[in-house]
Amino acid sequence: MSASGSSVSAGDAAVPHLDVDPFAMNFFADPYPTHELLREAGPVVYLDKWNVYGVARYAEVHAVLNDPATFCSSRGVGLSDFKKETPWRPPSLILEADPPAHTRTRAVLSKVLSPTVMKQVRDRFAAAAEERVDALLEKRSFDAITDLAEAYPLSIFPDALGLKPEGREHLIPYASLVFNAFGPPNQLRQDAIARSAPHQAYVTEQCQRENLAPGGFGACIHARVDDGEISATEAPLLVRSLLSAGLDTTVNGIGAAVYCLARFPDQWQRLRDDLTLARNAFEEAVRFESPVQTFFRTTTREVELSGARIGEGEKVLMFLAAANRDPRRWDKPDNYDIARRSSGHVGFGSGIHMCVGQLVARLEGEVMLTALAKRIARIEITGEPKRRFNNTLRGLDSLPVTITPA
Amino acid sequence: MPAITFIHPDGKSDHIETSDGESAMQAATRHGLDGILAECGGNAMCATCHVYVDEAWLARLPALADDEDALLEGTATERLPNSRLSCQIMITPALDGLVLRLPERQV
Repeated sequence: MSASGSSVSAGDAAVPHLDVDPFAMNFFADPYPTHELLREAGPVVYLDKWNVYGVARYAEVHAVLNDPATFCSSRGVGLSDFKKETPWRPPSLILEADPPAHTRTRAVLSKVLSPTVMKQVRDRFAAAAEERVDALLEKRSFDAITDLAEAYPLSIFPDALGLKPEGREHLIPYASLVFNAFGPPNQLRQDAIARSAPHQAYVTEQCQRENLAPGGFGACIHARVDDGEISATEAPLLVRSLLSAGLDTTVNGIGAAVYCLARFPDQWQRLRDDLTLARNAFEEAVRFESPVQTFFRTTTREVELSGARIGEGEKVLMFLAAANRDPRRWDKPDNYDIARRSSGHVGFGSGIHMCVGQLVARLEGEVMLTALAKRIARIEITGEPKRRFNNTLRGLDSLPVTITPA
Repeated sequence: MPAITFIHPDGKSDHIETSDGESAMQAATRHGLDGILAECGGNAMCATCHVYVDEAWLARLPALADDEDALLEGTATERLPNSRLSCQIMITPALDGLVLRLPERQV
């Protein structure tokens, strides 16, 4: 798309224009000074680089997330406006949809990933976490991203979905593509889409009913077709949502938690002293690192937001990560504090589109951190962590560590 | 403003003032009350703000919606006939004096 072609309702002098590219490599390397700049410039800013409005304070991010009638998702939650451009893939029936269509599909996925279902899979997920820690204790020195943050979700989530053993190597590249594609037409997005064909082919095929094992989340979604809740053409697209958003996100979430606990040994010790903090230690890592950094909305009408007038059809970029460290909302926001009351953070979003898989993520995080803290005395970072660059996701590519058994 | 009471499993109670248009969960978390986790921040998705409503008040609460009903099936402590999610209880002047009992745990 051509960002320069869109009209700018720059008539409102109250909105500061900033020369910031939040999708540039140097931004990704250290986003925090820019997050502060965005927050302090005003409640609503305008980014000339991509012709979009931006909100980086907690109050405005929360307000936009919770007004889906004004700030819609059906025109895409990336920079691309589906009203003006053809989406790179058929739109998601849940992420890129508005009520009432969204309400129906959301209800299906909510049921498939409900607290009741989590109770059923809990023991299995916990046992797999213990096994993973067994393997890590044998190694002592390893890459906490590949061997832990990736290996653990890969050992449970594809099976929980009911995926075939073949072709699973496409899962992380596909998710990486999806999250790069929310960004602007930069190198990251263009390269990802250029290489997308084999990953898309795998995903399309794997979402079909006959390719999903009975009893898995995927089969449960297809079973709703028989109840008449969704159509046979909708079911594969809803399975696709779990393949897109269910794996790479938890990889980055667990990676974030381990990176935090390795960097802040006092918090690690606190967790070891009280294992019931494991779930909150994960939650706080999601606030602190915000594995999903940003999403867009599109205005359905002219709207005033905290004194700023935004016209119809404008893209609004929400800086979830900046909101999660807004000092207006959080006490000592730049401290990783595993006992913090972190409820209310927007790392999983908020409102009707809040992450439908949040219970899966929390369960994986909780049982993994519990298993680690039970048996490991120390985690030491032994080499320079390498960052993985993505237009939406924040996480590491590698984190060399050595562990000391308890 | 209406005030509500939370009774902890050990029998201790907290009497808290609510703000306009707030849910019981929001009032509890604003006061830093232990025993209400509210992991999803009030979006009716997590079932970690479970409460047992005092029998005298049960009929005065808004009806149970389908999504809340389904979530209550997954609470960490046993669901009872007076189980509700406190994020779905909006406090109105008519609920001044409401009594809610906290479960042993939320996850």
